[in-house]
Amino acid sequence: MTDHCIIIGASHAAAQLVSSLRQEGWEGKISLIGDEPNLPYHRPPLSKAFFVGEKTEDELLIRAADFYEKNNVDLLLGSRVTNINRDAKKITLEDGAEISYTKLALTTGARVRKIPFTGCELAGVFYMRDLNDVKQTHKFTGPGKSAVIIGGGYIGLETAASLRKIGMNVTVIEAMERVLQRVTAPEVSAFYTRIHTEEGVNIRTEAGVDAIVGDKHVEGVRLADGTTVNADLVIIGVGVIPNIELAEAAGLTIDNGIAVNEFATTNDADIVAAGDCTNHYNPIYDRKLRLESVQNATDQAKIAAKSICGKPEAYNALPWFWSDQYDLKLQIAGLSQGFDQVVIRGDSEQGRSFAAFYFCEGRLIAVDAINRPKEFMMTKRALAAGQNADPLKLADESIEIKDVFN
Amino acid sequence: MPLIIYKSHDGATQEVHAEVGTSIMQAAVDNGIDGILGECGGCCSCATCHCYVDPAWVAKAGEPDSTEKDMLDCVLDPQETSRLSCQIIITDEMDGMVIAMPESQY
Repeated sequence: MTDHCIIIGASHAAAQLVSSLRQEGWEGKISLIGDEPNLPYHRPPLSKAFFVGEKTEDELLIRAADFYEKNNVDLLLGSRVTNINRDAKKITLEDGAEISYTKLALTTGARVRKIPFTGCELAGVFYMRDLNDVKQTHKFTGPGKSAVIIGGGYIGLETAASLRKIGMNVTVIEAMERVLQRVTAPEVSAFYTRIHTEEGVNIRTEAGVDAIVGDKHVEGVRLADGTTVNADLVIIGVGVIPNIELAEAAGLTIDNGIAVNEFATTNDADIVAAGDCTNHYNPIYDRKLRLESVQNATDQAKIAAKSICGKPEAYNALPWFWSDQYDLKLQIAGLSQGFDQVVIRGDSEQGRSFAAFYFCEGRLIAVDAINRPKEFMMTKRALAAGQNADPLKLADESIEIKDVFN
Repeated sequence: MPLIIYKSHDGATQEVHAEVGTSIMQAAVDNGIDGILGECGGCCSCATCHCYVDPAWVAKAGEPDSTEKDMLDCVLDPQETSRLSCQIIITDEMDGMVIAMPESQY
């Protein structure tokens, strides 16, 4: 039998995996199966450039359609895998068809966390994850209309910025004390609250949602304090959960994600996994991580491809992220969770450009750089190299950032 | 469609007929060119598409904006003709342009 690598999940990781497999010399067949009808596409623009119409559907594609043709990939899009039989090395599709594999790659990603709010079935209530979700929202957007966003995380805030751009009235409802509470320092939360407020967004923190109200179409969101905020559109962004069910049913080890080793391999040597669906050990932070990021999807997919091709290489990448809102380019290098000290470089209280450096026990662990590409670039490189920095120098803008790290 | 010539760090070249309006980064990614990653999809956030524009073609590539300049100031192995290839949008005038990739992206 010819070698056959089946990739389940037409995601960021899958697009990279196809390319890396061919670059690493995989000559066998490649099949890419995805439950959405689309080729792998960039998800980050869904809440940003695509949402406001600055990018077309074609421009979202990670790689053009003919890339898959040139690389001889069998595409099974709009198709769902229902079972993995590891003993027989076969997968089953929902129409009952069985396909044999020699290697299997799980790039199943994550899906939105759904909260069964009363009224969540009304027309005009959406989550933001898939292209189709976002296309549907366009029927409910327009200048002068009102939107309520439930969840003050990155997706919620990016969407708020996009909705303001098209002239909508926007309210963000956040259950915690501050926006971005799970992921940033209070200074950064205060900064984004200020900017969004200046841009006309109404941010309500420590606000619980009682119900989404309306007849057939959403009309508003009733909060726990009894007040109702009017809405023609409600967008819920309260996090994602990894798609592990197929792997779990196949008896693969699950540990807050599909457990993989440093070679992106599961407890079955013929099955790799990459991206948001995995849980892996990160040597830079010396702990297990489940990351929701393009960087991890791309970098881990390369490692997975090497393993499939018998050229194992250990995964050792620094996580990084970005978020664009208004004219603010936020670039994040490293993971700030567990920080015990924050150093601010620049003016976070009045300006629109600063960097927040995070330390844990005297060691630099991450940076949130807002309109500060140099700080991001230098810190990213330093963190990857295990280099520390002096907090006093970081806070001192009279010292060039390059000199802080030299 | 203009022809773009991608030169890897070891001197090997690959030629791509690219669509006008796409970026040098996207044309590389669509054609499986090693050495240009473009992780952020072209929003000038990651600098994983760093390239060197052949000196003869620099004028045709245009000028980097301030964000790109700042990023380029901090990339590994910068050269005078360093650019982020996601920010170079292909035009008919770029037919024959030579783009080299830094070793650090392999």
